[in-house]
Parts: sequence; C-alpha cells; structure tokens
Amino acid sequence: MALLEVKNLGISFGGLRAVDGLNLQIEKGTLYGLIGPNGAGKTTVFNLLTGVYKPTIGTFALDGEVLNGKSQAQINHKGIARTFQNIRLFSKMSVLDNVKVGLHNNCKYSAFAGVFRLPSYFKQEKAMNKEAMEILKVFDLDKEASVTAENLPYGKQRKLEIARALATHPKLLLLDEPAAGMNPNETEELMQTIRFVRDEFDMTILLIEHDMRLVSGICEQLTVLNFGMELAKGETSAVLNNPEVITAYLGE
Amino acid sequence: MKKSVSNLNPLTKKNFITLLICVVIFAAVQFWQASGSMGSLYQGLLVPICIYVIMAVSLNLVVGYLGELSLGHAGFMCVGAYTSSLFSIMTQSTISNSLLRFAIAILIGGIFAAIFGVIVGIPVLRLRGDYLAIVTLAFGEIIKNLMNVLYVGVDNNGIHIAIEDSTKLNIDYTNGGKIILNGPQGITGTPRDSNFIIGFILVMITLIVIMNFVNSRTGRAITAIRDNRIAAASVGINVTKYKLIAFALAAFFAGVAGALYSHNTASLSATTKNFGYMMSIMVLVYVVLGGMASLRGSVIATIILYALPEVLRQFNDDINNYRMLIYAIILIVMMLINNNDTIKNKLNQFKNNKNKSPKGKEPETVKEAEV
Ligand SMILES: Nc1ncnc2c1ncn2[C@@H]1O[C@H](COP(=O)(O)OP(=O)(O)O)[C@@H](O)[C@H]1O
Ligand SMILES: [Mg+2]
Repeated sequence: MALLEVKNLGISFGGLRAVDGLNLQIEKGTLYGLIGPNGAGKTTVFNLLTGVYKPTIGTFALDGEVLNGKSQAQINHKGIARTFQNIRLFSKMSVLDNVKVGLHNNCKYSAFAGVFRLPSYFKQEKAMNKEAMEILKVFDLDKEASVTAENLPYGKQRKLEIARALATHPKLLLLDEPAAGMNPNETEELMQTIRFVRDEFDMTILLIEHDMRLVSGICEQLTVLNFGMELAKGETSAVLNNPEVITAYLGE
Repeated sequence: MKKSVSNLNPLTKKNFITLLICVVIFAAVQFWQASGSMGSLYQGLLVPICIYVIMAVSLNLVVGYLGELSLGHAGFMCVGAYTSSLFSIMTQSTISNSLLRFAIAILIGGIFAAIFGVIVGIPVLRLRGDYLAIVTLAFGEIIKNLMNVLYVGVDNNGIHIAIEDSTKLNIDYTNGGKIILNGPQGITGTPRDSNFIIGFILVMITLIVIMNFVNSRTGRAITAIRDNRIAAASVGINVTKYKLIAFALAAFFAGVAGALYSHNTASLSATTKNFGYMMSIMVLVYVVLGGMASLRGSVIATIILYALPEVLRQFNDDINNYRMLIYAIILIVMMLINNNDTIKNKLNQFKNNKNKSPKGKEPETVKEAEV
C-alpha cells in the first residue's frame, strides 16, 4: 500500500475547477515531483492535502487512514507537514523558536508546568533545544539560531520553513517551490539537503518545483498537472520526454 | 556553545530587569512613605497604579502576544470586582483572617473572570481584527450592564439571586437577612483589604506568571499564531484552543485587578468610567504606547500615563491649564518612540554604540548575506 493515496480529488472555486479528479499514489521513501504551468493547481493540491481547503470531491489517505475533512492541525498530527510558496515563518520569533514551535506536539508539558517552572518544563525544554539545534544543523542554520526569522536572507528562510516542518516528525513532507528565488549555488545545495533529509529521516517527499534541474536531478517520479488535471505521470525521465508534456508545459 | 545556543538567557535577563525596575520603584515609594512627605494625593494613586499595571500587562498578552484586539478587558475586571466583593462580604464573619479572606477573594475574582473569558471567547475568538474588537467591546458593555440589574442577597436560607428588582429576592429580613448587591447601587461595605504592598505583590505575580507563560511551549504557540495563523495550524497547533487559553489567562488577571479595585473602594458600582469601554480603551492606550509584547513597556507606560494627569493637577493654575496639552504631547512622543521604525533604529544604534562596538557583529551579517 502506498503511503499517500489520493483518489479522484477535486475542488471548485465558483465555476473554476482548480483541481479536477486527481489520482496519486506515493510509495514510502519516494521523492515525488508535482509540476505544471503557473495556475495549474499545484499549490491548491497542497492546500487540500493539508486541510486548508476541504475537497469538494474525492478522498485522500495517509497510511490507509482517510484524512479529508480533518482540520489543518489534525492532519499535521497524522503526519503531513508542509512549506509554503509564499514564505510563512513566525517572523518575529527567533530561528530556534520557529523550529521549537514545530516541535510543539513532540515535547509536551502543560501550561501549568510552564508557568510554575516544574521539572518537566526544564526537561522538555532542554530536549526541545537539543533536537531543534540538530535539525537546524542539517540546514546549516545552527549559527543563526538566535536571529529573528524575518532578518534571515531569503534562501535561509526557505530552509527554515523546511526545518520547521520536519520538526513536526511528519511521514510525508510537502515542499512548495523550495528553490524559488534561490541562485544556482543555493539550489544545488538545497538539492543535496533534500536528498539528505530523505535518506537520513527516511522521509517521503512531495515537491512542487519549476527549476527543471532540480526536478530532473532529485525527483524519482512525477505528476504533471495542467488546468487542474493530470497530464502525465510516471518515472521522471519518461515523463519529461513525453511529447504531450513538452508541448503543454516545457515548450512554452 | 551550548549556553549561548539556548535563547533563554537574554530573555531571562530582560525579564529580570523588568522585575528589578518594579522592585526599585516599590522600594523608592516605601522610602517616600516612611519619610512622611508623601501627600495624600500620591498615597491615593498607589493601589490604582497597581490595578492598572495588572490590567495593562494582562491585556498585552491578548493584544501584544496573541495579536488580537480586545476592547472588553474592563468587563472581566468588573466580574472579578463583583464576585470577589460578594465573597468577602459573605465570609466576613466566618473567615476572620482578613489576609486569607482577601487571598481567596482575589482567586475567586480571577477564576470567575477567567470563566467569563472562556464563555465570551468561545464564540468571539472565531472572529478576527475589527470584528473581534467590536464584539469584545459589546461583551464588555453587556457584562457591565448585567451587574447593574443584578441583585444578590443572603439570609438563613442561603444566597438569593434576582434580576431587575430587589423584591424578587424574597429575602427573610427578620433573621439578619440583607441585600449585598443592590442593582445599580452596587455593593457597599466591601472590607478595604487592598493596600500598596498587596498590590505590588500581585503585580509581581502577574508579571512572573505572564513572563513564564509567554516563554513556554504554550506561549510560543500563541506568539506563533500571531505571527502566522496558517503556518501555526500547519505545524499542528490548535489555533482556537490556544487563543482561548491566552484570552482566559488575561481575563483571570483582569479579575485579580478587579478584586484589588473593589477592596479599595467603599462602594462599588459599575459605570462607563470604571468598567466600561472607556476603561478598556484607556488600558489599551497603555499597552499600545508601552509597546506591543513589551511587559516592561506596559508597566512604565501605565505608571506614567496614569499618574501624570493626577500629578499635573496639583500644580498651580499655570500648569494646570496646560494639563491635558502636556498629557497629549507625552502620549504622542511615546507613540513615536515606540512605533516609529526610524526612531527605534536610531535608539538601538545609540544603545549598541554605547554598550559594545558593533564590529563584533558585522562580519557575521555579511557572511549571512553572501551564502
Ligand atoms: N482560494 C481561492 N479562491 C479562488 N481561486 C483560487 C483560490 N486558490 C487558488 N485559486 C485558483 O486556482 C488555480 C490554481 O492555483 P494554484 O494552485 O495556486 O496554482 P499553481 O499551480 O501555480 O500553484 C488558479 O487559477 C487560482 O487562481
Ligand atoms: Mg503555486
């Protein structure tokens, strides 16, 4: 059974069918790419899979558990974490605190223990700091731990978003245009980091990307969306050589 | 390395300085009182300042840390004032230790206010921005008006509660039965248990609790919701739940302030000025001018802005005529300092130059930008 099983998923905004009958199976451990022209509905797919929007038709299941209809927070508890195309960091909080918010449900102590500084507070905070620093190190952000998130350079903000998502211990990581706005060096480095995350954390990753070098470089499987519908799907090299894909998407 | 990594240290230092400032002010006032030169005008300001510091600090939790505009904070103060007063009057004969009685009364005021906070918060916190501001304003007024039609009395049969009319209480007056809360006339005869030392202790408790709260897992969740609601939900934070927690905790301390208020006055009644929107807005002014999410700012702004009009009042007519003008100018200056980025940056530059040369920091930022 696939880790993520999407069946006939769709949503309409007024008359516009932003996503129309999408089917998707992602096996555990895969690096899966979702590509397509601007406005094809890629981000909307992410919004559906994370509960930002409720689908008008279809279902999706993670590890066999149907998740559509659940709230954003519940879906995250079940194991889907994401980043955003337009960066959404906790901008006034430190880099470290951003990741610690991601750890919120993994290191628990009560508000009471927090206010009265009970031993569980110190124990859990210490564990949180340790794990957060380890995650930051993966993204080479550990030296900026105390910097306010909004003061990070753009490329690092994108990385911090991935770090924060990873801190929630997801089974499936959704990355929305992680290389957007990065220069070729940064993109190259990001590709290595994404591969590292997959291998080291045994992660399944679904990513939206326009940078074809990144897509062909790290994605094993692809789905191409066009006008909310699947245009092609399969092994990366096969899909990228599909003449239909080339005319509809790569050709333009 | 390990120590510098944990960001607790600078935060703890910042909070420590805030508490230290409070202690120094308290000590100075104690000296002033002991010297016998403190006039009755100033004496009379001490407890109210504690009350409004608690109000401002707790409102800052909602406005500064949660990032939601609440205009009904005085309504929760009202709940705390009335419930604590009722408790104190009813138990005056049974609990003889006034300090213990007052401590319980304060807790009761806080808990009832927090319960109201939850009741109001559940429907209201689904709204955001202007809508939330308007609805909290309305709820604050409703609470205040409710107190004006509420009648509570006791007799041998227990507690009687009625709305509209004291005759509906059906009190047995023959056996020492009496009305405690008499509608718009309010409550008279609350024991005057409040004093500056208790007020100061409550201010310190409020500050420490809110500082610890903000700097905990729960507080981080609340600040995260403020900074980006959708991102907070995406990492598994139940937005409604944490909003409600912040709102209820702030209401709790408003209730504590209310208890301090009602035990500092001979007769308690709910008016626009003490528990209405005027008060809510005044406290909001303290918070905004003191700086969002700055507890120290709330403390200092409240002290200055609450005391200033009263202090100016006692000078000779020349100054007294310009009282409101001076007040307005100080308001504007504080607003500029707090909310103007240019001035803020200048101030920070000035601070940095004074403390340590910024050279140590510069290469680091350059390196960041290059990568
Ligand atoms: N909340 C919304 N309301 C109305 N239309 C929307 C909404 N979200 C997305 N759309 C529309 O759905 C289509 C797909 O958008 P999107 O998923 O962002 O595309 P992309 O593939 O570039 O990420 C676009 O036409 C967009 O305008
Ligand atoms: Mg998009």
